[in-house]
Amino acid sequence: MWEMAKQRDAYGKALVELGRERDDIVVVGADLCGSCRVTKFGDEFPERMFNTGIAEQNMTGVSAGLALSGKTVFSSTFAVFATGRAYDQVRQSIAYPKLDVKIVSTHAGITVGGDGASHQMLEDIALMRVLPNMKVVAPADYHESRKATFAVSEEEGPFYLRMGRSSVPIVTEEDDPFEIGESSLLKEGSDVTLIGTGIMVSECLKAAEILDKQEDIDARVLNMSTIKPLDEKSIVDSAKETGGIVTAEEHVVSQGMGSGIAQVLSESDYHVPMKRVGVPNVFGESGESDELMEKYGLTAEHIVESAHDVLERR
Amino acid sequence: MPALEESKVNELEEIARRVRVHIVKSTHEAGSGHPGGSLSAADILTALYFEIMDHKPDEPDWPKRDRLVLSKGHAAPALYGVLAEAGYFPIEELMTLRKLGSRLQGHPHVRTTPGVDASTGSLGQGLSIASGMALAAKLDRESYRVFAICGDGEIQSGQIWEAAMFASHNKLDNLIVFLDRNKLQIDGSTEEVMSIEPIISKWNSFGWHVLEINGHDIDQIVDAVNRAEEVHGEPTIIVSHTIKGKGVPFMEGSLAFHGKAANEEQLETALKALGEKDGGDE
Repeated sequence: MWEMAKQRDAYGKALVELGRERDDIVVVGADLCGSCRVTKFGDEFPERMFNTGIAEQNMTGVSAGLALSGKTVFSSTFAVFATGRAYDQVRQSIAYPKLDVKIVSTHAGITVGGDGASHQMLEDIALMRVLPNMKVVAPADYHESRKATFAVSEEEGPFYLRMGRSSVPIVTEEDDPFEIGESSLLKEGSDVTLIGTGIMVSECLKAAEILDKQEDIDARVLNMSTIKPLDEKSIVDSAKETGGIVTAEEHVVSQGMGSGIAQVLSESDYHVPMKRVGVPNVFGESGESDELMEKYGLTAEHIVESAHDVLERR
Repeated sequence: MPALEESKVNELEEIARRVRVHIVKSTHEAGSGHPGGSLSAADILTALYFEIMDHKPDEPDWPKRDRLVLSKGHAAPALYGVLAEAGYFPIEELMTLRKLGSRLQGHPHVRTTPGVDASTGSLGQGLSIASGMALAAKLDRESYRVFAICGDGEIQSGQIWEAAMFASHNKLDNLIVFLDRNKLQIDGSTEEVMSIEPIISKWNSFGWHVLEINGHDIDQIVDAVNRAEEVHGEPTIIVSHTIKGKGVPFMEGSLAFHGKAANEEQLETALKALGEKDGGDE
């Protein structure tokens, strides 16, 4: 029903356009430039594209040095290496001095598929959202990935921008507004709120349709494309107006977006029933993306089930 | 032929002496810090900021300045001492080192201290940062140079060699690194903990121009940079033989003062050795 496209394709295209607009944009990669779709930028601006080889720690430090010299740096590799392999470098060399480096990862999450657990990064949101000065954005689809690329370039300071490997449904419109720190309302509803981020936004929309058609439950759907800072107002308003929250993310349920939302709600005046959909605190395995989403609890059906749980506890 | 006039050497040696006094006093006042590795780097830092580097203490962010990345960030007291002597901030401020609210953090931080070019402290990262800066200079066709000071124990870190490969691959001949070869790290001698020799052939094989000097000889330090300037297409590393704790006899070659400040009595002895009869005027 939805058109499908890869987030990283939008990123690669947007980068080239950014490169044309601004000559202070530089790109650093670590041998996965093709996979991350940054080679097109390198083709057009070879002098502004640097490849460190398989050396993510150095990639991160070189990015810091470029940013300290006035550049806006896009540093791209797979999520597992960008945030895991180089965590201390991200902390010390980028977040602490609050440098203008955009860490844009691709191949985040379990939908990496066949590569298995070694490459299925499910802890990156946790690692990045806990870092002072770091902002975290997870676009829902192709259009948002493009807009997020431009948006992070316009706001000075460190960002973590999270994208996947696979083609994902296009659930937003090309001319929808996109603001860092603001969620978007994709479907109005009054019985329960489904809050998704990244590729789980489309699963939330599917879940809302199932709830509506089969059970006459009117679910609101929010796209939480910025995970840090969270759009606290929309979260609290939704709790107040719908009385129950389900969150959904392609990430371990502990310490992800859902955890952040739980923290917001626990300190608000609206302690409504809540359920977090995500991968349990386990490593993934090889398989097809859709098989893995099914096995690890990331489908619309899991969201529907969680909505029932929330409604029963109300 | 010497690179400097004798009177110039004497002048720089006097500044380095004062920097050593600042190191011993500020770490004593803080009650902690790393005097040993600060004292070993004091002459290199003095030569850099008072003879070699093009910089403006009244305009710390001057875009065309030469940069310094103190990759061995625990030598911050030496850097702060030199920056204060150069006029980046008042000398009295050195006594706030490591104290709550101070601009002088335990390890260098680019956001708090005027004159500090990079945040360092987690060893192994500074050479990558310096490489990124040197790359930016090339990209912008700017003539500023980037200096870095690495500890000898620090090159046990894998990221150093990632950066070493990167800098030579990208022909960063505007990058000049001093290796503070004081032969000691916190757990013992570098050769006992994790041998780093043969240093010269390691860096040579990574595509670097390698020079070797006495890191306490101001004239040799300046001369080495002059020679590095003549090298094209390769970064330079200046292996600088130094003595940990240099200038304070009971700290020289001592492991005990890698990460420990002088107590009251030791401070007095140290200041006397450094020619501060009255205990200084700070």
